Amino acid sequence: MLPPVFGVLFDGIAYGMLLFVLSVGMSVTLGLMNFVNLAHCAFAMLGAYVTVVLMKDFDWNFFATLPMAFAAAALVSVAVERTLYRRLYRASDLDQVLLTIGLAFMSIAIAAWFFGTTQQPIAVPSYMRGSISVLGLNLGIYRMFLVAVGIAVTVLLVLALEHTRFGAQVRAAVDNQRMARGLGIDVDRTFAVTFALGSGLAGLGGALAIEIVGLDPQFALVYLVYVLIIVSVGGLGSIAGSFAAACLIGMSDIAGKYYVPQLGSFLIYLVMVAVLMWRPAGLFGKR
Amino acid sequence: MTTLDAPRTVTPQGYLLRQSRWRPIEVAFWLATLLPFWLFPTYLSLASQIAITGLFALSLDLILGYAGIVSLGHAAFFGIGAYTAGIFSKFVWGEPFSGLVVAAAVAGVVGYASSFIISRFRHLTLIMITLGLGLLLKEAANSAHWLTGGSDGLQGIDIWPVLGVFNFDLYGRTAYGYALGVLFVVFLFARRLINSPFGLALRGIRENFVRMPAIGADSHAHIRKVYTIAAIIAGIAGGLLAQTTQTVALEVLSFERSADVVVMLVLGGAGRLYGGLIGAMVYMIARDQFSGIAPQYWYFWIGALLVIVVMLLPNGILGGLSALLKRWRRR
Amino acid sequence: MRRLFYASVATCALALTPVTSQAADPIKIGVVLPYSGQFADGAKQVDEGIKLYMKQHGDTVAGRKIEIIRKDVGGIAPPVAKRLAQELVVRDKVDLLAGWLLTPNAIAGCDVSKEAKKVSVIMNAATSIIVDKSPYCIRSAFTLPMVTTTLGHWAAKNGVKKAYTMVSDYAPGHDAEKGFIEGFKAGGGEIVGSVHMAVANPDFSAYVQRAKDLNPEAIFVFIPGGAQPAAFGKALAERGIDTKKVKVMGTQELTDDSALTNMGDTALGIITGSPYDHNLKSKINQDFVAAYRKEFGANPNFFSAGGYDGMTLIYAGLKLTKGDTDGDKLIAAMKTAKWTSPRGPMMIDPKTRDAVETIYIQRVEKVGGKLVNVEIGKVENVRDPVHEAMMKTKK
Repeated sequence: MLPPVFGVLFDGIAYGMLLFVLSVGMSVTLGLMNFVNLAHCAFAMLGAYVTVVLMKDFDWNFFATLPMAFAAAALVSVAVERTLYRRLYRASDLDQVLLTIGLAFMSIAIAAWFFGTTQQPIAVPSYMRGSISVLGLNLGIYRMFLVAVGIAVTVLLVLALEHTRFGAQVRAAVDNQRMARGLGIDVDRTFAVTFALGSGLAGLGGALAIEIVGLDPQFALVYLVYVLIIVSVGGLGSIAGSFAAACLIGMSDIAGKYYVPQLGSFLIYLVMVAVLMWRPAGLFGKR
Repeated sequence: MTTLDAPRTVTPQGYLLRQSRWRPIEVAFWLATLLPFWLFPTYLSLASQIAITGLFALSLDLILGYAGIVSLGHAAFFGIGAYTAGIFSKFVWGEPFSGLVVAAAVAGVVGYASSFIISRFRHLTLIMITLGLGLLLKEAANSAHWLTGGSDGLQGIDIWPVLGVFNFDLYGRTAYGYALGVLFVVFLFARRLINSPFGLALRGIRENFVRMPAIGADSHAHIRKVYTIAAIIAGIAGGLLAQTTQTVALEVLSFERSADVVVMLVLGGAGRLYGGLIGAMVYMIARDQFSGIAPQYWYFWIGALLVIVVMLLPNGILGGLSALLKRWRRR
Repeated sequence: MRRLFYASVATCALALTPVTSQAADPIKIGVVLPYSGQFADGAKQVDEGIKLYMKQHGDTVAGRKIEIIRKDVGGIAPPVAKRLAQELVVRDKVDLLAGWLLTPNAIAGCDVSKEAKKVSVIMNAATSIIVDKSPYCIRSAFTLPMVTTTLGHWAAKNGVKKAYTMVSDYAPGHDAEKGFIEGFKAGGGEIVGSVHMAVANPDFSAYVQRAKDLNPEAIFVFIPGGAQPAAFGKALAERGIDTKKVKVMGTQELTDDSALTNMGDTALGIITGSPYDHNLKSKINQDFVAAYRKEFGANPNFFSAGGYDGMTLIYAGLKLTKGDTDGDKLIAAMKTAKWTSPRGPMMIDPKTRDAVETIYIQRVEKVGGKLVNVEIGKVENVRDPVHEAMMKTKK
């Protein structure tokens, strides 16, 4: 029998996994492509609304909607990347900030226009609700699912970037764009695909998030801060770093709330500032 | 890229002298700031808040535009100024100018203390540390509700008439006159600062942080100085808002306020003295107009405005316009 | 510079334009609400309440047309709220101010109401002190302590002896906690522990586990509406708190429609105190709900009721003054208002300008396969306990 605090810590990890899936795409675009995409959470919101619409209006199963959330966010992001973002790859960070925050603003209004400002509740299958008892701990079933997704995403991404031809192309394009072009790598296409992958994961994260944090048009901005925290604490461009950061933030936040509730709202920022002062490049950052 | 300028030799002194000369368009700009008194007498409250936000953006410009320190927590100093001015009026007295001085001093002290942390970091780390410190301060203000009133806002602010004569009125005449006056004085100071060797050194730090010490300019010390100055000015802006509206709530410390001012500055053109002022003006007028037309959906139009500006005018409105002007002159 | 300043301030005095209004002019009401941002949904509901009332009762009172001017304050932003109120008064020349979802904004609006001598109707913001800020401020909704003190007292009188309180760590949370504890203790209950929870970044499991460790008989909770109630409900289920055994009590936000859908059966048994619910059985409420559903395709909630009753109050006051919007006359007329609202009998307390109304105690049950709030008790003629206490100390 384990003391109940372990159950609470598990919840923290699960929450961290959610943040991880939401933010890993940003870590890739910011770290590898040097593009500041503050509209990242807008793509997450898009994925979430796709799930809501498919479940409510078309009676889809929750799990069946998840690939669609991924695909929709990826497709729309490619369209945006080809039309707007690519023109600014060489522009200053500040112009990138202005463009992407502008898009995030527009996404809020568009979501409010189509779906209204209300919370969008979804009903996940009833067997995903509630908790089961493992070694005397109450573990939420949905949270276990989140942890599984988080681990799966990490493994797949690491494998894809480290051990596939496409991964090698991405790394080559990032390290030396001109050289990569010289070798015949279609850098534009590689970036577009990478970008789509990151945004697609955000869309998936958005869909998974509804059950935990709800969904309304402000999603595009509210979770931006948390995503930035995970990305910076983990270290730019590092998937393992984002994973570790998500676990650390999730667990320390929740453990702190359990033991010292007076500090509840300070913890996440305290941990971030402390980590960054100790390791300015983030946990796994190289620069 | 400018082949015409290349043969001309430019000494630093000559450059600074040329920069510090008042151009006709600048004089026209400041005269135009008086126009709302006659042309838009019912928009003076908005004008006063634009002047205050412009001042806040100017303070951010000193660190972001000139020294290259991107901060997402600059509202911390704005908020400290606002709370200080409010609390000062509640417990000491309501004379506005002295309140402003106290607000500036407190913000400056906190700015100086935090500048030791700030000067050690660059890039994303710096952004996130400023953001983290800003949010920690906001949480602290929420916890200290015995002092700040927490999320209900500070109660009991009482500001005396400016110079003992001008009451803060419903039309916002005093508010605008007062805010504009303070803005102008601080602007003169910032202008002098930027067109000094110190200002030149800051631009050097922005361009190459590592190389500056090699020519005898200690980057860290310069950053500490300018960060403190920016904090003081932000504190003045916050104090002005507290005094002219006689309200202070937690939102003065919020992430949104920090992010908005970055957006406004970049929109206007970072690294240009008038960038913050123009940015605040365009952003706030656009927001006021759009939200009047579509209270629920104005975000769309303001977003579209930002996207269009980036696409047509890189480096902000002023940066884009000056590039266009240069191209036109060369023809 | 100072001379410049003097000159500019002196000249602008010339720009003053006289304010005149004639009986035939429309009556303009400036409504300030956070139509965009985090609180947009509440604003939309209040606004829909206003719209429905005007659709049902026409847009003319005492021969004068009513015109609504809407302003978005965008969130908690008292400087903006104050500016909008000022502009409504000086530019749009409104006769009344109304709306006000959030306390800091409402207080800033009251400053303007006091200076301009315009009536301001508080349609939702629920802190007691708001109406004290201006003699022209009046409340068509409720105060948080009205709900929580009533709930606390009711709970203590209905067999709950020991309770644990969990509230969000911000001013409304503190008000709610204080109100509940006062009511609960007055009824003979005992508080076994309290926790303040972070407002942002809501993961409740740590807090819920703390509560569970103490194994309390009942839990009182106050959290902001929106996404958080569902998250709280899920944390209860995941941490293994059975709402059938532990009495979970809260305010109306905890069990509104979207929270219930999101929580599912976890919500069964949660007890809330509320000034309004769309399940109330009265005829007038059922007509109201039917009309609201027809117009907006959703059930009204307490926000909508606040907007609807706010317009009722304004119309009632204007009828008495025969369309005169002079601040003193109108507020005097409004103080005498008494009406039957979808939420039950209502009146204005002339001393405090608070609404006096019924607070319902309800429990989440399954009716016809759907989760609904079922009324299990009510307390009539509830007055704001904070103002009540102030009155007592004055005497």
